[in-house]
Amino acid sequence: MMRRRFLVLGGAGLIVPLAPVRTHATPAQVAALINELVGEAPLRDGRVKLDMPVMVENGNSVGMTVSVDAPVGEVRSIDVFAEGNPLPRVLGLRFGPRAGAARFATRIRLATSQTVIAVAKLADGSCWRDSVDLLVTLAACVDD
Amino acid sequence: MVRVLLNVPKQVKKGEPFEVKLLISHPMESGQRRDQMGQPIPRDIINSFVCTYNGEEVLRAELFPAIAANPFLSFTVAVQESGTLAMTFTDDHGVAQTATASIAVA
Repeated sequence: MMRRRFLVLGGAGLIVPLAPVRTHATPAQVAALINELVGEAPLRDGRVKLDMPVMVENGNSVGMTVSVDAPVGEVRSIDVFAEGNPLPRVLGLRFGPRAGAARFATRIRLATSQTVIAVAKLADGSCWRDSVDLLVTLAACVDD
Repeated sequence: MVRVLLNVPKQVKKGEPFEVKLLISHPMESGQRRDQMGQPIPRDIINSFVCTYNGEEVLRAELFPAIAANPFLSFTVAVQESGTLAMTFTDDHGVAQTATASIAVA
């Protein structure tokens, strides 16, 4: 019996590396990540604002501003996810006592037209989300 | 060492938030691309960013390969006294670099 189990385990080990190397994240994957982040707390729309252009010409560099409508001391974290990128996580933010406002701007890559989601966790345990559906004309180069 | 462009006001008002803009010259190689021989190009990104003011934390950011090449970061800081703003970022090789700026409170 042990020998058989060993064979089964060995076989499973062989199959895993054959899985496609380049996969895109899926909405389900992002939902799982958000679930992990949020836990039991209810996730509502609002409070957090994700500011991005809806039409994107070049996915290699897309301006993104995320902000929370709350005093910065009450914001525990902000996380940004991209459903259509090879890797779903984009950015994780934590604010310290010296931050001026719960706002952060940067430029991100988008592999395809997709939904980008921001989730903010406040000190009182509540969680808020905002999402933007974007159309990307030229995707961020993945192959070359 | 990478080149960093840092834009902060020299003089600020006490307790009033001011904007900090930072442009880091870095390829942010995502690890998703392949070279001409079809070999994967290893990931090389700045994966963490920490900003402190007089040693107290302002902001901490975890960066992923989805951040565009030559990362541009912008955020606000509010301070009560004059001091030094220090921004430390670490790449995948574990190399940390710090950019600093002096801020005077008027």
